[in-house]
Amino acid sequence: MNELAQVIVLTLAAGTPLVFAALGELVVEKSGVLNLGVEGMMLVGAIASFVVAAKTGAPWLGVGAGALAAAAVSLIFAVIVLTLRANQVATGLALSLFGIGLSAFIGRPYMSVVIEGIKPLAIPGLTTLPIVGKLVFGHNPLVYVSIALFVAVQVFLQRTRAGLVLRAVGESPQSAHAIGYPVIAIRYAAVLFGGACAGLAGAFLAIAYTPSWVEGMTAGRGWIALALVVFASWKPWRVMIGAYLFGSVTLAQFQAQAAGVDVAAQLLAMLPYVATIVVLAIISRDATTIRLNAPASLGRPYHPG
Amino acid sequence: MKISLEARPAPSRSAVVAAPLIATLATLCVGFVVFSALGKNPLVAFDAFFIAPIATRYGVAELLLKASPLMLIATGLAIGYRANVWNIGAEGQLTLGALAGGGVALAVGDAELSPALLLPTMFVAGAAAGMLWAAIPAWLRTRFNANEILTSLMLVYVATLLLSWLVHGPWRDPEGFNFPQSKMFGANAMLPIVLPETRLNAGLLVALAIVALAWLFVRRHIVGFEMRVAGLSPDAANYAGISWRRNIWLGMLAGGACAGLAGVSEAAGPIGQLLPSMSPGYGFAAIIVAFVGRLHPAGIALASLLMSLLYLGGESAQVNLALPSAVTGLFEGTLLFFLLAADVLVNYRPRLAQRV
Amino acid sequence: MADTPERPRLSLRGITKRYPTVLANDGIDLDVMPGEIHAVLGENGAGKSTLMKIIYGIVEPDAGTIRWEGDVVHVGNPARARKLGIGMVFQHFSLFETLSVADNIRLALEPGQTKRLRRRIRDVSARYGLPLVPARRIHTMSVGERQRVEIVRCLLQDPRLLIMDEPTSVLTPQATLHLFDTLRALAQKGCSILYISHKLDEIRALCQRATVLRAGRVTGQCDPRRETTASLARMMIGGELPHPVHRAAQTGAPALRVDALDLRADDPFGTSLSGIAFDVREGEILGIAGVSGNGQKELLAALSGERPLARANAITLCGTPVASLDAFARRKLGLAFIPEDRLGRGAVPEMTLADNALLTARGDGNVVRGLIRGSAVATFTKRIIATFGVKASGPEAVARSLSGGNLQKFIVGREIGQRPKVLIAAQPTWGVDVGAAAQIRQALIDLRERGVAVLVVSEELDELIEICDRLAVMAQGRLSPPKPVRETSAEEIGLLMAAAASPHEAETPAAMET
Repeated sequence: MNELAQVIVLTLAAGTPLVFAALGELVVEKSGVLNLGVEGMMLVGAIASFVVAAKTGAPWLGVGAGALAAAAVSLIFAVIVLTLRANQVATGLALSLFGIGLSAFIGRPYMSVVIEGIKPLAIPGLTTLPIVGKLVFGHNPLVYVSIALFVAVQVFLQRTRAGLVLRAVGESPQSAHAIGYPVIAIRYAAVLFGGACAGLAGAFLAIAYTPSWVEGMTAGRGWIALALVVFASWKPWRVMIGAYLFGSVTLAQFQAQAAGVDVAAQLLAMLPYVATIVVLAIISRDATTIRLNAPASLGRPYHPG
Repeated sequence: MKISLEARPAPSRSAVVAAPLIATLATLCVGFVVFSALGKNPLVAFDAFFIAPIATRYGVAELLLKASPLMLIATGLAIGYRANVWNIGAEGQLTLGALAGGGVALAVGDAELSPALLLPTMFVAGAAAGMLWAAIPAWLRTRFNANEILTSLMLVYVATLLLSWLVHGPWRDPEGFNFPQSKMFGANAMLPIVLPETRLNAGLLVALAIVALAWLFVRRHIVGFEMRVAGLSPDAANYAGISWRRNIWLGMLAGGACAGLAGVSEAAGPIGQLLPSMSPGYGFAAIIVAFVGRLHPAGIALASLLMSLLYLGGESAQVNLALPSAVTGLFEGTLLFFLLAADVLVNYRPRLAQRV
Repeated sequence: MADTPERPRLSLRGITKRYPTVLANDGIDLDVMPGEIHAVLGENGAGKSTLMKIIYGIVEPDAGTIRWEGDVVHVGNPARARKLGIGMVFQHFSLFETLSVADNIRLALEPGQTKRLRRRIRDVSARYGLPLVPARRIHTMSVGERQRVEIVRCLLQDPRLLIMDEPTSVLTPQATLHLFDTLRALAQKGCSILYISHKLDEIRALCQRATVLRAGRVTGQCDPRRETTASLARMMIGGELPHPVHRAAQTGAPALRVDALDLRADDPFGTSLSGIAFDVREGEILGIAGVSGNGQKELLAALSGERPLARANAITLCGTPVASLDAFARRKLGLAFIPEDRLGRGAVPEMTLADNALLTARGDGNVVRGLIRGSAVATFTKRIIATFGVKASGPEAVARSLSGGNLQKFIVGREIGQRPKVLIAAQPTWGVDVGAAAQIRQALIDLRERGVAVLVVSEELDELIEICDRLAVMAQGRLSPPKPVRETSAEEIGLLMAAAASPHEAETPAAMET
């Protein structure tokens, strides 16, 4: 039983970067904007958090820096797409490429630096309880933060007026504008929030999951997060399920290696990517569900007036 | 007083040409600032980055050598982008092309086969493999409506892992001291050099031929026109009876074939064997080349030269300025950002608006 | 502050608004008295919508003043307009399809005003005879029901001025009468109403004063009750309303035949078709009337080839089964189609007229062995421009730089220029100025004389009655049997439109359920 608890803890940890990134992107897409730059923003968040943590010795400061840096970079995207009315797909790709390049550039000197990361909780007396101890009190602090984020996003979207306005903007920016809502400003806020979340995802990887910096360490998780949002039909609880499912696929590859399964490491490593493709195909097939759940204005250019 | 954007009644032709130039200039300015911030004399850095690499005959040959895969891939991608078919997996299709062409070369090994027969066979194999890899996202999009950006991208990771497995395992050179690499290709499987005492090879000719063909297709052929319509206005394309499925297949396969050809060019050219990395990110840089080149063959040719210079500059900066070569990736991303920003001028005019 | 009898509630002086290609409003003066139903009359493109957007704060005027109840105000944004007491019912609704009625209304109210919203929605909507169910999602509602949401949304804020922008284009004749009763009741209570329309008969029936706009300027003020349709038309367009010239035509064999057509809507928000059957003969114009949203979009997609069907002989073109063929194949067999959206569907906005001509005319002559023959295309384009008097600089003009009327003329000319055997036209004169509209209607009639079979799908009943030989009505995905125009009337058609409609859309308040 204890092994099972351990596996669950590992699974949640493996899925947490996806939780952060996908929840952030979900909010962005709910406002009608498609930001393909998640991979780039995650890497910027990762390197920024690592650098600050290494320089200050304060890992939580690093986490904050990661969120801010990624949000700053998402601001470039916001200006080009929302104010200069450029194509969202191309600009999102540009953001990813830029983020990959920027993080590699800044990160060169930090390749073999070691930091004191954020370790999983170890509360004396509680964490050591059998089974429950690990399950409830044994996660990395950032995992708890991600779950709190899920609750916050869910409540925001479904139960607050601001969330209703956001959904309306994503459904029909023209109508929202006609009623008098500042569509562009709302979308700016959404994009920045998504950036901060992607930054948290990167910070988790660099400071908590594998405290280190490796070029391109997100290994495509940003793209998988994008696929997750589609898979989740833009519903936060489904994002959680999808993220942890992917976490388990990632884990499976290591478990298989450890169990001595006679398949080359590289072939096993293909699993998450192939799984993403399969999942995308299955979920996209149902055009009706997509039509009913996807924000109607997603990715479409919006020209006020 | 604020600056507002006023829609132009018709797209501005001059802005279409000016925007890439503005973007290039802006990127150079950023380069200036970055070099200064890193404590390097900006003029010295400028020279080392942009001028020195192409100051010799060998340098110019290197410029063309790097430009040809970029030109080739970007041309193929542009055919798809024009129709809003977003093939982002060119890097993976290049890898598969290199694998297929390289596989043929390795299979032939030392056998006496004329290069006139072997090289075209390798190219055909490479193009076919690239097309196969691109056919997967095409099929997933037309059959399941799965977003081709994400699927083609996932396949890049799969392709890289496949290559890695092969050169670490089944295709590893037994006399290679356990390094992850394949045997070197035989001399008959290598592209002939076209400029003596340089590395510039016949791959350039293949690239130029493809660019010319693509230009003809886009300008004069009705299918090229139809794909352009689909990219500008999918409803109009549907109304006109243009098949969106055909456009997706054509768009993806064109990119896949070109990327596959480029993969063979690299394997049978400067590299000469299969290694875990067959490309310094050409598949992604080509995306930027396509945009900066305005999806137009002439623009793509010019933009590929610019991008090639950025690559050379990055290598030079590493050697001469002790800067990480990743500075290339940084400039690439910056260039694309500036281009997308400057593009606003094509359809909008900035106006100083007075408050009423 | 009490209203003094002489002081206008709303007063505009010198309102001017310029856009890059057009001067939309040029020094407009307008006064609306309390409790008055005031028409703003003008043809498409006269500047009515722009003026209303300025009053409601969506658009900033370049010059001029707005006085509200005596004080100069700067409206600035719609929320401020609503605070002043101005409400607007849009022509193209500003609703959110996936949200409920209550949420839609909530979004237009201030955060403090949403207590007991559901109860208030039920009360107010019932009181004015426009009942609504607060929990229903907009996408399940018909167009007429959606308009009710727009109206109730305004009413909940006790407006002192209500702007109605072309409200009756989505209503059956009976629902229109009912709307007029609602508006009169509102006016009695002291609410002023600005009624924007180009429908002269309605304005004469409803409004007490009218301001006439032409090309952005005020060209007249009058009491429409004392005017005739002809005198109003003279003020609106500076001349007589043109009537097309009919000549006797010989009807021949059926060129387009539709037989037991069933179609499930692709779109979860669409309407499925059931048992559609009709034919259009050579040399006749068949009209399909009906408010949008009753399956017209699906029927047109099936006819044009944008939505191929499995059963090939559901649709036959001159005897050949075509229902499974794509749009281009049908064109080659002699079908031409004028879609209802010109920019973005009928024409690619960023492309030149020459390229847009090639868009559907991809046949012999213009394309040889796969290659485009630029000179042939240019000749074809120039011919269209000349024949239809399209005001454009030439074949290289970009489509989006043309006015609505000119672009529509070009598209009509392009389709007719391909010498079709069957022509289908959807909303052919929507949003088009009177002159161009008359030209287009005449072109359709001329086609009929040449033995072409013409099918016109339109919301404008007057237009259909004017040009069609036979008429059918589309309602809820079903088609009524076509009848000769001479043997029917606008009232009867209106009843047919309402007959198969949902239980919520009956003609009298008494028949309505909550």
